Amino acid sequence: MDFTLKIWRQENQKAKGRFETYKIKDISPDCSFLEMLDILNESLVNKLSHPVCFDNDCREGICGMCGLYINGRPHGPDDAVTTCQLHMRKFTDGETITIEPWRAKPFPVIRDLVVDRTALDKMIQEGGYISVTSGGVPDGNAIPIPKHKADQAMDSASCIGCGACIAACKNASAMLFVGAKVTQLALLPQGKPEAAIRVQKMVAKMDELGFGNCTNTYACEAECPKEIKRSNISRMNLEFILAKIVSEETI
Amino acid sequence: MSTLDSKIPEGQLSEKWTRYKSSQKLVNPANKRKLDIIVVGTGLAGSSAAASLGALGFNVKIFCISDSPRRAHSIAAQGGINAAKNYQNDGDSIERLFNDTIKGGDYRAREANVYRLAEVANSIIDQGVAQGIPFARDYAGLLDNRSFGGSQVSRTFYAKGQTGQQLLLGAYSALSKEIKAGTVKMYERREMMDLVVIDGQARGIITRNLQTGELERWSSHAVVMATGGYGNVYFLSTNAMECNGSAAVQCYHKGAMFANPCFVQIHPTCIPVKGDYQSKLTLMSESLRNDGRIWVPKNIEDAKAIREGKLNPTDLKEEDRDYYLERRYPAFGNLVPRDIASRAAKERCDAGYGVGAGFAVYLDFKTAIERLGRDKIQERYGNLFQMYEKIVDVDPYENPMMIYPAVHYTMGGLWVDYELQTTIPGLFATGEANFSDHGANRLGASALMQGLADGYFILPYTMQNFLADKIHQPRVSIETKEFDEAEKSVRAKLESIMAIKGEKTVDTLQRELGHIMWEYVGMGRNAEKLTKAIPMLADLRKEFWSNVRVTGDMNSMNPELAKALRLADHIELAEIMAKDALQREESCGGHYREEYVTDEGEARRDDKNFMFVGVWEYKGEEQEPIMHKEELNYEFINVQQRNYK
Ligand SMILES: Cc1cc2nc3c(=O)[nH]c(=O)nc-3n(C[C@H](O)[C@H](O)[C@H](O)COP(=O)(O)OP(=O)(O)OC[C@H]3O[C@@H](n4cnc5c(N)ncnc54)[C@H](O)[C@@H]3O)c2cc1C
Ligand code: FES
Repeated sequence: MDFTLKIWRQENQKAKGRFETYKIKDISPDCSFLEMLDILNESLVNKLSHPVCFDNDCREGICGMCGLYINGRPHGPDDAVTTCQLHMRKFTDGETITIEPWRAKPFPVIRDLVVDRTALDKMIQEGGYISVTSGGVPDGNAIPIPKHKADQAMDSASCIGCGACIAACKNASAMLFVGAKVTQLALLPQGKPEAAIRVQKMVAKMDELGFGNCTNTYACEAECPKEIKRSNISRMNLEFILAKIVSEETI
Repeated sequence: MSTLDSKIPEGQLSEKWTRYKSSQKLVNPANKRKLDIIVVGTGLAGSSAAASLGALGFNVKIFCISDSPRRAHSIAAQGGINAAKNYQNDGDSIERLFNDTIKGGDYRAREANVYRLAEVANSIIDQGVAQGIPFARDYAGLLDNRSFGGSQVSRTFYAKGQTGQQLLLGAYSALSKEIKAGTVKMYERREMMDLVVIDGQARGIITRNLQTGELERWSSHAVVMATGGYGNVYFLSTNAMECNGSAAVQCYHKGAMFANPCFVQIHPTCIPVKGDYQSKLTLMSESLRNDGRIWVPKNIEDAKAIREGKLNPTDLKEEDRDYYLERRYPAFGNLVPRDIASRAAKERCDAGYGVGAGFAVYLDFKTAIERLGRDKIQERYGNLFQMYEKIVDVDPYENPMMIYPAVHYTMGGLWVDYELQTTIPGLFATGEANFSDHGANRLGASALMQGLADGYFILPYTMQNFLADKIHQPRVSIETKEFDEAEKSVRAKLESIMAIKGEKTVDTLQRELGHIMWEYVGMGRNAEKLTKAIPMLADLRKEFWSNVRVTGDMNSMNPELAKALRLADHIELAEIMAKDALQREESCGGHYREEYVTDEGEARRDDKNFMFVGVWEYKGEEQEPIMHKEELNYEFINVQQRNYK
């Protein structure tokens, strides 16, 4: 298959970016999207130019490191996949493919297609955990957890922190990301003691870092490679209201 | 530095760790704050160690190669984690987990370390539950288990097919808590470039900021290597792209010895290679062998017809299928250890029974779907089935999966003693980066166990024992001559790579390395192949240093340069892997020497001559490294020929 690639190139955060066009030929339909970029990069090195920078690590859809805006969609045209799991068979021969980095104010571009997503970690550091230290905890079976709750918590915990939800949202809202963590821990008995403080702190941090508000278009849910549900946002809102109204602990 | 003291505590096996803990030295809280620890790598091993040491009150700095600790390679582990809880009442115990692990490792691991691992494993599950890890549960709300290869009990805890993800996110949450508390400082997009040794003690590291290209210096009282394995020496492996053995090689150059480099695990169930553009291989978890059955056609003509697309595997009658693992190993069936399952697949394919392009066998869920229903299978393995379908474009619920062995894990690594300290005082190694617990073959679901055992429950004790003697040791300045020299040599290396401006891209050379390793130091090794590989690798090293092409510059984000640096070290590592494989004139675990097999074609160990750890010492550029031996004395276990029949 042959493609024309329009790729965002930007030397560094301060530099002005631009689209560059590249032609690429004889790509197997079984080739993954990132392997296609590898081939492009190899040809750029052969032509003595600087290859296109893009983030990736596991290349199997679990680390959340890859993430490209492809033809106007985070992670491209296939559903429920990350960029690294996308294959060229999902495109048509001869197509022009536009590739951009995540676009969101809290994710500044580092170089080309690489953005800075450390804001995600900062929100987790505010309380996206249960404050236990190593050792001195009860037996794993001491607290039975109903299967459906454990399964639901697992669904929320499947978030890979890629940031597609934020890139997809016109307000760059991080509600799905934060909601998934808040929900996972609120569903489990172990997470209950800190639930009220957790949600308040994480939401405050989210606002502080410049993530926008949710205006209920749910592009986040539609583009999430792990199909995290919008109900996580509702759950977070509920936890937030409960924390503000019922809980005596405020931040 | 030639005597290897493994520092195994005296006493009965089951008392050693307790005894160690009750007599080790401690550091009081006020002094802990004055002691600095550097942790490199944010996988399970590094994150859990940094979080635990930070919580104790030490000053910890952790270095992460990507933008967040949650990206580390451990995130991709699928199937599960072992522990001897015996929740299933099926006869499990610490002794049994210990025995299985030693036997699975083909009697090439150190007894005391493995026993301790089995002993602390249960605490990991408790820790994970307390952290909020949503492990799979049964209808009573209790923790569920599945079976993994090499054991006859169900002791593997799991979270769907995403156990590594959940455990890593657990460790990451513990780490995030400490970062917030200020006991741990995290530095992202940093790659370690060198170890700084002062007066014989590891006192710091040099890193490269992958975002800006800047070289940076960091000092400490102790350094922990949690940089994972070196499977990517083979180019194609199930390892993540950023996995590399470069940091281990840096330590090796500075005097840390490297143990059993030739012990590499080839995993039997991976999606087969498709084309030359392929950048990595994807694992289909061992847990699938709980319900999937492995087969090839019984008749060679059928295999041929399938390869030519004239016959559909689903049309092949039961009696025309050869479930070769069930046939050869009736007691363990599809759940034999990985090395055995891999070799059996290769044997069938080499004999002409392979499917796909000839290098694939089937992993079939038909019987399981009939027995349990599609929903149950989806619940157990849904994400793996989805992953398979996205890659191969075939629905595995309707058609058998095609799989083939691929490089997966490295049992070898930095040599460590019982305290997980390398031959350089103050330098510790943990997780896949060390060699300690898996002998010549690792059992499934025990890498996660080991990384977390080391990080949560072992290093916090053993490092304290080391640091107790350092409370009067002042912080060292990063302006010493040792730091100057280390940075200078890193800079010189970077400059010389940039200056080569040769003809071959890093990927091209990396593929060549992978090819040599897979063909000559791969699944079936022999003296002839290995003696050929050694000069080929030396030539490749020369070619790299004269003909690699890296574009761009040193002072900005440049992934090509980062890859080139790792490749240079991988070639060197490959050379000691080949040498180690050549000296080990026996077959054991993942190391299969075609000259040393039993009449039935099984691996033949030579306990009389090779019951030792091969420990390599670097002697300088263009010098032959020296191999030392750590003899393995089995005091408590009854050494047997492995038998899974
Ligand atoms: C697909 C797959 C599935 C698996 N499934 C299972 C399973 O079900 N059960 C099980 O027990 N085990 C499993 N394993 C094995 C297990 O995941 C690993 O052995 C384990 O996670 C290793 O953990 P670690 O912390 O030692 O290393 P890693 O997780 O590899 O972490 C090391 C980190 O250090 C980084 N690093 C390397 N060099 C440097 C440097 N110079 N500077 C800075 N950082 C550096 C690496 O990029 C990496 O991020 C699986 C492995 C794979 C590949
Ligand atoms: S590279 Fe890990 S999710 Fe894509």
